[in-house]
Amino acid sequence: MLAFIIKRLANAVFVMLSVTFLAFVIFTAVGDPVDQMLNEQATQAQRDDLRERLGLDDPFLVQYAKFVGRAAQGDFGISFRNQQDVLTMIGERFPATFELVLVATLISLVVGVPMGVITAIRRQTWYAEAMQFTSIIGVSLPSFVVGIGLILVFSVWLGWFPAFGRGETVDLGWWTTGLLTPSGRMSIILPALSLSLFQITLVMRLVRAEMLEVLRSDFIKFARSRGIPARSIHFRHALRNCLMPVVTMTAMQIGGLIAFALVTETVFQWPGMGLLFIQAVTFVDVPIMAAYLCIVALIFVALNAIVDMTYAVIDPRLKGADA
Amino acid sequence: MTDQTDTKVPSRAERFFDSDLWWSFKSHKSAVGAAIVLALVILTAFLAPLLSPQNPYDLAALELWNAELPPIWMEGGQMPYLLGTDVQGRDILSGILYGTRISIIIGIASVAVSLVVGIGLGLMAGYYGGWIDNVLMRIGDVLLSIPIVLVAILVSSVAQQFLSPAWREAGVAAVLVMAIAMYSWVQYARVVRAQTMVERRKEYVMASRLVGTPARRLMLKHILPNTLTPIFVAATLNFGLAILIEATLSFLGVGMPPNQPSLGTLIRVGNQYLFSGSWWIVLFPSIQLCILVVAVNMLGDWLRDALNPKLR
Repeated sequence: MLAFIIKRLANAVFVMLSVTFLAFVIFTAVGDPVDQMLNEQATQAQRDDLRERLGLDDPFLVQYAKFVGRAAQGDFGISFRNQQDVLTMIGERFPATFELVLVATLISLVVGVPMGVITAIRRQTWYAEAMQFTSIIGVSLPSFVVGIGLILVFSVWLGWFPAFGRGETVDLGWWTTGLLTPSGRMSIILPALSLSLFQITLVMRLVRAEMLEVLRSDFIKFARSRGIPARSIHFRHALRNCLMPVVTMTAMQIGGLIAFALVTETVFQWPGMGLLFIQAVTFVDVPIMAAYLCIVALIFVALNAIVDMTYAVIDPRLKGADA
Repeated sequence: MTDQTDTKVPSRAERFFDSDLWWSFKSHKSAVGAAIVLALVILTAFLAPLLSPQNPYDLAALELWNAELPPIWMEGGQMPYLLGTDVQGRDILSGILYGTRISIIIGIASVAVSLVVGIGLGLMAGYYGGWIDNVLMRIGDVLLSIPIVLVAILVSSVAQQFLSPAWREAGVAAVLVMAIAMYSWVQYARVVRAQTMVERRKEYVMASRLVGTPARRLMLKHILPNTLTPIFVAATLNFGLAILIEATLSFLGVGMPPNQPSLGTLIRVGNQYLFSGSWWIVLFPSIQLCILVVAVNMLGDWLRDALNPKLR
């Protein structure tokens, strides 16, 4: 098992090295930083001096190694656009994205799990069929179209929820939260809903498939013959055995949600990391782009690695097997 | 030598209409419905120059006093602007037809590119094994471990920096195709590789090799046809995905420019007028995009079940 964990970690490190390499290539490919940092009147001597200080005369691989070294310490340089420290900028935006993803995940579980159970135990009924059909559409609908539709109906026509922004936030010192104010709570509903729609259908389909599997097993038949009420069988015996894969998938999907939140954040002008990234893309603010890529990839890769390794610890079948 | 039987050899068309696949298609209402809708969408998109009341690229045809007209069934709606006009007096319906054409072309092109690259690399990785296999699969692993939208946005936005203004028009579409294909070839490569590794050891390949068939011919004529079924399903589903990603990129502003709008660009532009009451500018392109993607996905879903030997 130790070998498996080491292998998995090595894989994660390799992926991260490749991602930082990609970030570094983008970094060097787009424009000469010297041109962007000095003004027009700078003399050749000043330019050479800056090149020297920035290490731009070093060989490519040495520059890359230095980039990785700095990135590992959280130093991604300063933004081309407003000269602030990139990591601080992203750090300020992180709570907004995290809360959005958290609420979206909660919604997807609260809505998706019951829907999955219902479609599994009432298979022939019209409402289960309707839910199945809606789930195909739910997977196909582009997230930004869903967001625009929600804004159109619930903000523009009905005026129930705010259409953009985060509402009032409370500063906790190390974290700014919108969940403690009424306007903040109202603001998060639409974006979280639009981000979670895809997730809801995933959870629903997974729970349905698992439930159908479990309901066929012997211990359920035995429970039935003991005369345990159907309600209790479905929710206490069967559902419990379905939750492990659901938890795993939810954990793995959080990384994807953080990345995908950038689309939702653009639609709702939600002041998170994704919106910062999209604005950086429009202004070709490369340090922010590179930093965002590295940070999101790190979250993504770390979550996947942790889930895999937890599995190795929990599931005895993986012990000794070289996966 | 052999007995000549009376039955004539069925033509390709006859064989197709007699196949399990066609039978399964006919008995699935949702598949037939999706196919009809998809055929209509594609047909109208490619006949756009004949069908649409206005050429949306012709700036001279735009008249500002026709700006922001509502759809025809609402008060103030005018012929021939069935679905209304945008702020520049551009007919929404014409914009949608032309935009759908761009979306479909980019979707098809990116599926084609990723098919060629994926199948080629997958065959090589599976047939030769060794370091080629290792390198290709490692690259695939890395690509799959970064969120797909992120890769596409970065590739598209960075590559557009290098386009010279003269090449901008055609270049952006090509960049989008590459950005989408960069991710999706991995899937085909993996499937083909796995299948090739199985087929490679079978007797017919051995025999063919013994006769001295060159490796390229062996891969393309003998092994490839046996790997195509899963590829076919994946390609259909990826076509829907490609259209979605293109729309998302265009919506985020790193895709097709406003003078050559795809459906995503139309939605991006219309989104700015969401609060001014002109909801039709954004709503109709969105509906068209949804119809297109849902139809493709439903067809893909059916195909996956129909070609799955376990479900027969």
